[in-house]
Amino acid sequence: MASTIRVRASSNGDITEVQALIQHPMDSGFVKNAKGETIPPHFIQQLTFEHDGKNVFAADWGGGISKDPYVKFAFKGAKKGDELKISWVDNKGATDTTTAKIQ
Amino acid sequence: ALAAANDKYPEEAFKQKSDADVIKTLYGKTAEPSDKVKMDAPEIAENGAVVPISVSTTLADVTSVAFLVSENPNVLIAKYNIPAGTLPSVANRIKMAKTSNVTVLVEAGGKLYSASKEVKVTVGGCGG
Amino acid sequence: LSGSLPRLARGADNGGVYDLERSGNARILHITDTHAQLRPVFFREPSVNLGVGPMQGNPPHLVGRAFLDRFGIRPDSADAYAFTCLDFEKAAGRFGKLGGFAHLKTLIDRMRSEGGSGRTLLLDGGDLWQGTGLANTMRGIDMVEAANLLGIEAMTGHWEFTYGEKALRANLERFKGEFLAQNVYLTEEAAFNDAKAFDPASGRVFKPSVIKEIGGYRVAVIGQAFPYVPIAHPKRFTPDWKFGIRDEELQKLVDTHRNTDKVDAVILLSHNGMDVDLKLASRVTGIDVVLGGHTHDAVPQPIAVTNAGGTTLVTNAGSNGKFLAVLDLDIGKGKIKDARYRLLPVFSELLKPDPAMQALIDKTREPHEVTLNEKIASADRLLYRRGNFSGSMDQLICDALLGELNAEIALSPGFRWGTTVLAGQPLTMEDVMAQTAVTYPETYVQTMTGGQIRDVLEDICDNLFNTDPYYQQGGDMVRVGGLAYTCTPTETVGKRISDLKLDNGRALDADKHYRVAGWASVNEQTGAPVWDVVAKHLRSGKPPNRSPPGVTLKGVEGNPGIAGQA
Ligand SMILES: [Mn+2]
Ligand SMILES: [Mn+2]
Repeated sequence: MASTIRVRASSNGDITEVQALIQHPMDSGFVKNAKGETIPPHFIQQLTFEHDGKNVFAADWGGGISKDPYVKFAFKGAKKGDELKISWVDNKGATDTTTAKIQ
Repeated sequence: ALAAANDKYPEEAFKQKSDADVIKTLYGKTAEPSDKVKMDAPEIAENGAVVPISVSTTLADVTSVAFLVSENPNVLIAKYNIPAGTLPSVANRIKMAKTSNVTVLVEAGGKLYSASKEVKVTVGGCGG
Repeated sequence: LSGSLPRLARGADNGGVYDLERSGNARILHITDTHAQLRPVFFREPSVNLGVGPMQGNPPHLVGRAFLDRFGIRPDSADAYAFTCLDFEKAAGRFGKLGGFAHLKTLIDRMRSEGGSGRTLLLDGGDLWQGTGLANTMRGIDMVEAANLLGIEAMTGHWEFTYGEKALRANLERFKGEFLAQNVYLTEEAAFNDAKAFDPASGRVFKPSVIKEIGGYRVAVIGQAFPYVPIAHPKRFTPDWKFGIRDEELQKLVDTHRNTDKVDAVILLSHNGMDVDLKLASRVTGIDVVLGGHTHDAVPQPIAVTNAGGTTLVTNAGSNGKFLAVLDLDIGKGKIKDARYRLLPVFSELLKPDPAMQALIDKTREPHEVTLNEKIASADRLLYRRGNFSGSMDQLICDALLGELNAEIALSPGFRWGTTVLAGQPLTMEDVMAQTAVTYPETYVQTMTGGQIRDVLEDICDNLFNTDPYYQQGGDMVRVGGLAYTCTPTETVGKRISDLKLDNGRALDADKHYRVAGWASVNEQTGAPVWDVVAKHLRSGKPPNRSPPGVTLKGVEGNPGIAGQA
């Protein structure tokens, strides 16, 4: 099955710029459906980016992050061809992990 | 799996209903407005469900960044931990229930700095 | 002009009005917001164009006599007719229609030849492809052909985007000039999917600027599209694109042109609207002139704005083809030494229509002529739209919505385009389309509570009267039928609208549900197109509703942005 995580990581000399787009409903628990029932909360709580066994970026998220979350950051110390490992876990305990090559 | 290796998820902070309570719960200190914290946010959101907001700063020794929306049911949107070697620059997309002040907190050198901007959410329509 | 109007002595009946003293070494010609009006039109300038906060009493928020005084225009003159609403009907009989692309071309060609070969540039500020039945049917192709014949060298856009990406790109393939927009970017999703972009690295969808050689000097022209396309119009037309003012990106672009490209002058071709441009000019440095549009303000003289880097001139060149802006520059190495600006009214009767343009217009119209020329009714009074709160044309549209869709309340968008029809003149399908020609014309009826209706009015009112122009997004105020209210523009959001009353005199109940009819919703609707609803209403021959618009203004006594009633 295709991963929920899409990553673009590109190295520009010393700096690697990373963008990720994740498929997830990110239901906050404050929205009602067409029948007037509250849609229960269902959102990613933690997201991590790992390079060479080290955390390079970590997010704690609430239900206020938009559906299909997007995040962008940059870090130093990686080179083209290196691998990035990306994982998330949501409030229901579901997880996903993927790896991406730095371009 | 890997996420468990993170710092503990700040459950309590995500339940707070005011900027002050979020800041107290999350950092236990007060934030000082700084023009070295640069927030990029639209004046008027194109879509309240997807508002692109980013922050960057020239402050040194940044360890974390957080996004707050005062008028949302839960004020804290996200907290990002910035290890050494990662640049103090983050972009993400947030939900806004209505027009609100948006605040970015930057923790640097053990101190807390902030920048704020009003982002308007409108029903739209019409035009010249 | 019809013989039904008295023919008075003409005040501008010689082409001498176009004999300009020559100055400088470069001539920039600017038109904007023509709204596809290929033929000459009547267009009444607003009698209400309020400025609040720092904008109060300052251009462009002056109307009528205050406007004449500020710009030193003689009452009863041809210019007074072109620039203000004063004695509109009388003056219309005297001075005739304005604009028309065949007349515009004659004037542009003359200004070009006087400017000298290789020393002129023709720019269009957008809202070129939309506003008529013909343009709506042809999805703007008619206007691309006219633009090519006119020789437009660069343009930016607003309503152009409402044809959707496919039609927009197809039209731009045919367009011989450049389409410039520094402030349009791919959404994150579109970027991940490798959607088409001028610069994939930055995500910029269109070319942001172009450097033109004029008389041996290099002039950078930067495009600034309307910043709020996905808010003002259905998002489905531009799902892959993000807009916004983006003055930081603009500053970077200006700096690159100044420092790296070593240009001698920087011009911003803007569709921000004048208040936004005035604020932008106070923040962004290095721009010599902002050639502005969108708010349809015909401002005869540029406003000089000082900023940290010097002075920026801000202009706005009116609408509907009524005006041609002529900016004569004396460019030196790395800077403009002198600038002279004139906003010339295009008096159609003083200009011989250009035969080639006239032939193109006639040929393009020919297959649609019968439909467009169909007479539906006669104008029972002066029918116009422009004004902050209401216009007689919009009252007519609201009456049609109320009557044909069996609603208690009607809402009609406060568009700034839409031409004027004189009392007693035939009202054709073309006239109806000139008020309604959008790509989302579907009418709707929905139930709303009184509280929701009030919230909508408050929201739209803040888009017009927020004291920070960067938080203004709207056109004019939404027009209402079946409803009266009091508006206090100087208040803050949530406190401007009060005393809502139905036509029967009862107060609007916040909790009660009402049947509300409207059109041009940003949400998808399925009702009949509004032009059919209006035509049906007119054909039914129901007696015209002449009750005055039910808007009472508070707190703006003495504001020079009002002449007469709201
Ligand atoms: Mn326009
Ligand atoms: Mn416009």
